[in-house]
Formats: sequence, C-alpha cells, structure tokens
Amino acid sequence: MSIEKYTRSFLKEVEERVEEGHWVKMCMQCGVCAGSCPLGPHWEHTPQKIFMMIRAGKREEVLSSDSMWMCTSCYQCIVRCPRKLPITHIMHGLAYLAKREGLAPKNQPTAQFGQLFWDNLTKTGRVNELKLSLGMYFKDGFSQGIKNAMAMQSVGLGMMKAKRLSPMEIMGGHGVKDKSGFQAMLKKARELEDSRRKLA
Amino acid sequence: MTEVVATNQTILVVGGGISGMTAALEAAECGKEVVLIEKNPALGGRVSQLYRYFPKLCHPTCGLEINQRRVKQNKRIRVLTMAEVTGITGAPGDYTASVKIAPRYVNENCTACGDCGDAAETTVDDAFNYNMGKVKAAYLPSRMAYPQRYVVDPVVIGTPEADKIKAACKYDAVDLSMQEETVQVKAGAVVWATGWKPYDANKIQPYGYDRFANVITSVEFERLSDPHGPTGGKILRPSDGKEARNVAFIQCAGSRDENHLRHCSRICCMASLKQTNYVREAFGDEGKSTIYYIDIRAIDRFEDFYQKVQADPNVKFIKSKVARILEDKEGNPVLHGVDTEGYHRYATPYDLVVLAVGMEPSVSAANIPAEIVSDSSGFIEQDQANGAIFGAGCAANPLDVNRAVQSATASALRAIQVINRVARAEG
Ligand SMILES: Cc1cc2nc3c(=O)[nH]c(=O)nc-3n(C[C@H](O)[C@H](O)[C@H](O)COP(=O)(O)OP(=O)(O)OC[C@H]3O[C@@H](n4cnc5c(N)ncnc54)[C@H](O)[C@@H]3O)c2cc1C
Ligand code: SF4
Ligand code: SF4
Ligand code: SF4
Ligand code: SF4
Repeated sequence: MSIEKYTRSFLKEVEERVEEGHWVKMCMQCGVCAGSCPLGPHWEHTPQKIFMMIRAGKREEVLSSDSMWMCTSCYQCIVRCPRKLPITHIMHGLAYLAKREGLAPKNQPTAQFGQLFWDNLTKTGRVNELKLSLGMYFKDGFSQGIKNAMAMQSVGLGMMKAKRLSPMEIMGGHGVKDKSGFQAMLKKARELEDSRRKLA
Repeated sequence: MTEVVATNQTILVVGGGISGMTAALEAAECGKEVVLIEKNPALGGRVSQLYRYFPKLCHPTCGLEINQRRVKQNKRIRVLTMAEVTGITGAPGDYTASVKIAPRYVNENCTACGDCGDAAETTVDDAFNYNMGKVKAAYLPSRMAYPQRYVVDPVVIGTPEADKIKAACKYDAVDLSMQEETVQVKAGAVVWATGWKPYDANKIQPYGYDRFANVITSVEFERLSDPHGPTGGKILRPSDGKEARNVAFIQCAGSRDENHLRHCSRICCMASLKQTNYVREAFGDEGKSTIYYIDIRAIDRFEDFYQKVQADPNVKFIKSKVARILEDKEGNPVLHGVDTEGYHRYATPYDLVVLAVGMEPSVSAANIPAEIVSDSSGFIEQDQANGAIFGAGCAANPLDVNRAVQSATASALRAIQVINRVARAEG
C-alpha cells in the first residue's frame, strides 16, 4: 500500500482515486445540495460537508462516514447544484474507495447489500433474485430472517406471479453461457480499474 | 410619416436608458449628429424604475432630470420613442438601419394635461410598475416621463372609447389614424445600449415565485418602496396587504448558476444591501432584514456601504444559498436550507421574500440584427469583428449606473472616432 504519499493532500488523492473526484474543488459551499437532499436531515455528513472535509484533509472521517452509503441516487443534488457537480457519482466513488481501503463502517446495511448483490451477480453472470432476497432476509440471523420473509411475503408472491422470481432458483439458478469468460472479463476490468485508481 | 435626417456622419444610439442617453449626449455635445432610438414610450430605462440609487441613496429623479434637460436642449439629438431597430446593413462609416416605429396615437401637441386619461375607462397593466398595478388606456408612462407625452393603448383603438378619448383632448393631440411605420436611418457608427432585463424568476422552480404571492423580485421591491409606486411607498405584501416588517433577501437568484445565468450579475448584492435601508426607512427598528448569500460582492469602494449595513443590528446575514421555499398556513414564505457557517439546518418564516434576480441582456447579442461577438451570456464583447457597432452599459456587461455611464462614454468616443474618419474622407 502506498497511500502515504497521498496523506498530505486528501483532495489530491480524491481527484486521482475517486470517480469524478476532480470536481470536488469546484464546490463553492453554497449549501443547495445539503438543503435539497431528501436524506439530508437524517445523516451526519451532507455532500456539502463531505466536500469541505475532503479539502480540510479529514481522510479518516470522510472514508469512515456512513453518509455516502445512505445516498439513494435520487439525483436531486445534481439537478440543483449551481456548479453542476456530479455529486451522486462522487458520493458513490467515495464509498467505493472507503470499502477498498477497509475504512467503510462495519455492518452498514447498504454496504452489506452491495456486497451480497455483487457476489450473487458475479457467480453466474445473472442475478439470482431468490438467493439475493433470502440472503438479505437472513443476514441478521435465522429468526429475524423468518420474520423478514413473512413481512415480505406478498411482494415475493407478486414477483413470482409476474415471473420475476422462480422458486426453482434455489437449485442453483440460471446464468450466462460462458461463465469462465465472464469471470475473466471481470478480473481484467478490475485490474484496469485498480491500476488506474491506484487501488491495491 | 416620421422624417429622420441622417447621414454617414450620424451616430445611431439604440436604447434610451442611462447608458444610451449618456452616449447620445457625449456625442452630440462633441458636435456630432445623433439619432436615439428607444423601444419604450419614454427615456430613462430601468434607472427610472428605481426608488433610490446606491451608494448615495439619492432618488434617480435628480440624475435623470439633468440628462433629460440636456437632451431637450440639444438640437443635434433626434429622439424616436416606441421604436426598435429591426435590421442593420452596410459597413463601418456607412450603415443603414431599419427602424420600426409603433403608433403612439398622440402627437407633439400633447401638454400632458391628463384629460384623455380621465375620459378612458379601460385599464391596462402598468408596465412601469412591473405590472403590479393598472393604468388607464390613455396614460403617461411615468410621472417623470420624457417626453412628457401621453400614450393611447392599442386595445381601445377602433372602439367608441377611443373616440371619447380623442374628444376629451382640447389640443388636437390624439391622432387615431397613426400607423406602424418603418424608416431607414443612415449612420456611420452605432452605439448599442439596450440594457438589461431581470432574469425570469419563474424559472427558479424551488423558490416558487409563480406559486407564492409573497415571493417577489428585487425590481418589484424597488417599486413597492417608491412613494410613486403601486402601494404609495408602503411595503405591503401582495397576499393580504399586511406590512412586511420581516423581509428576507435571497442573493444570486438565477445568477452564478449553471442551471440559469452563469455569470455574477454584479449589482444584486449592492441592490439588496441598499434595499435593507428601505425596510429600515419604512419601519425603523421594527423593520428586520435577513440576507441569504453565497458571498457578498460589494466591489471596491462599495465595501464602505457593506460595512455600514453590517453594523445595522436589524440586518442579519446568513451564509447559505436557500434550497427551497414553502408556504405556511398564514401565507408566510418559509425558507429551507443549510447554512455554511456551522451547517445548521433552518426553516424560517418571513413576511416577504425578495429574490435578488440576476441581470441578463434585454436583447441577447444573438438577436441583434447584425453580426455581433458576445460572451456566453449574450453580453456584447468589444471586438474588431463588430465593426463600428459598440456595446454600451448593461448591453455589454452587468454594471451599476456609475460604470454603465463610463462604458457609454467610452463607446461614444469610439463612435466619434469613426465619424471623424468618415468626415475626413468625405471632406
Ligand atoms: C434591483 C436593482 C437595483 C439597482 N439599483 C441600482 C442602484 O441603486 N445604483 C446603481 O448604480 N445601479 C443600480 N442598478 C443597476 C442599474 O439598473 C443599471 O446600471 C442601469 O439600468 C444600466 O442602464 P442601461 O442604460 O445600460 O440599461 P437600461 O436601464 O436597461 O436601459 C436600456 C434601455 O434600452 C431600451 N431598449 C431595450 N431594448 C431595446 C430595443 N430593442 N430597441 C430600442 N431600445 C431598447 C430599454 O427600453 C431601456 O430604456 C440596479 C439594478 C437592479 C436589478
Ligand atoms: S450544491 Fe454544489 S456547489 Fe453547492 S455546496 Fe453542494 S456541491 Fe457545493
Ligand atoms: S443523489 Fe444522494 S446525495 Fe444527492 S440528493 Fe439524492 S440521496 Fe442526496
Ligand atoms: S393627449 Fe390631449 S388630453 Fe391627453 S394629455 Fe395630451 S393634451 Fe391632454
Ligand atoms: S452580485 Fe451578489 S447576488 Fe448578484 S450574482 Fe453576484 S454574488 Fe450573486
């Protein structure tokens, strides 16, 4: 890990290593994103605050913040920002960096879901809706899982009716034809991304 | 038929605001012939619609009156009102402009006695007061209009009311047979001084200008504060006529915003600082103003003015661009946002909210009927490619009056140089 050379300037690191990170310096701290974000009142660090913290060099605080994980991608902030910062993308980019650096908050539900989704998808090249739902329901233990499954019963049945969810998927499920080719592609993409973003 | 004597040694000035008047006067007082074209029925432009001027807080009447007198006394200036330039052809030293003149239905005999206004029954929107009130269909554009001549609105033309208006005039000044006409005006150089217009506040969706009666614009606030305005100078809010003692000002409403105008409009910080004085003047210590801003841009010597307002305990400054406005049950606009100094979330009601709207060119350079180089906001750039067409005042930049006048004088000098060259060539 060669992050030491960045620690003097977190802004510079964000510019190099985070998707759309080069936009952060354009923020004029007007507060419109903070005031427009529907989640604003419920999280600790609004985008406005995160961008200021980046400039102030607060690396640990930013990357361990749970705020980026709360973003629902509603795009309200992007639409309103007078400087047209791609705020949503920066927030997701920061979350990704945090995860790769091992600084993302533990047991963060969005992060957990993200990991579950990724593992599920990359196994066969197709999302196994059934396993994904079950994985999500049972992530906090067996009895909580049953409760969750009961609560979501009608949604599940509706999805089955609409042929969006098949009980047969439990057997292994569908996937792409060339699974090893698909895996190789992902590996290559990750290598490229890692070298470009200096992720180890 | 309107007759305009003009030659290649004439300077055509388009726009009769403070900039156009200045350019016309400077050129004429240097001995040049000038034709001054104004779209409205009177000269003066947006300055005549201000209640007071920063930085000295005097009334615009004084500065404008002097200029009007100078125009009146100068035989070299020919003023055409209700006129617009629809086309310009030719080259430096030899332009021809097509000028479309709308019928006023009132001729030079008018003494502004007002009898026609008394006779009229129909009312029309009062453009001078940004449509906040009504005027009779035979009206004087404003109290200090130059020329002091009435206008009959086209809505009554062809009705019996028009005949009644004509009959009321003892001076044979009402001429209902006037028609729109187009005249050709020769000119060696053109000063383009069509000024600015307020950014359309309806486009700033989160502020609800179109939905909330008590959200108004800074230009409307000027008229509300003026004793000759629609409320007789009382700051009453539109929804219920209640005195607006607690007023919020929102800066950069439509400026410095990629979704609206990209540029800083440069005068709106000073305009709001000035307008806090109107609130104080109206209500004394009972009048409270709050300015929401990104940063206050009071340029060079205006800093003193800013510091004076900062020292006023009845004026509060909140560093934040308001995210949105909602309305409570009493019709108070409630401002929502997060302040930058401490990141506190607020939801604060006010009696009245004034949007410090941005300035955009009233005629974007793309719509000027000649090839003109402009910046991304449509303001005229100073560029060789423009030939002898020179931008002046707010047609070239968002400027305060002082700087607009400087810019106009500079344009007049450039135009004079072209005319001098023509004069030498023509011998
Ligand atoms: C809320 C507010 C408050 C302000 N207060 C102050 C202040 O206190 N002090 C200060 O110094 N400045 C102030 N300003 C700025 C001031 O209004 C401008 O500096 C001034 O109006 C510039 O004059 P102008 O002649 O360039 O443009 P304008 O005043 O816009 O005049 C342009 C003229 O051209 C005419 N015109 C437009 N289109 C055409 C056309 N196609 N053909 C012919 N004629 C046309 C218009 O009718 C108008 O008469 C304020 C601005 C705002 C928004
Ligand atoms: S809206 Fe844009 S410029 Fe304003 S604080 Fe947010 S990111 Fe910065
Ligand atoms: S996209 Fe994310 S950060 Fe932006 S307003 Fe929506 S939830 Fe908030
Ligand atoms: S048009 Fe006639 S009646 Fe009307 S103000 Fe002029 S002089 Fe008086
Ligand atoms: S002058 Fe002030 S209010 Fe106007 S655009 Fe510039 S910063 Fe904003």
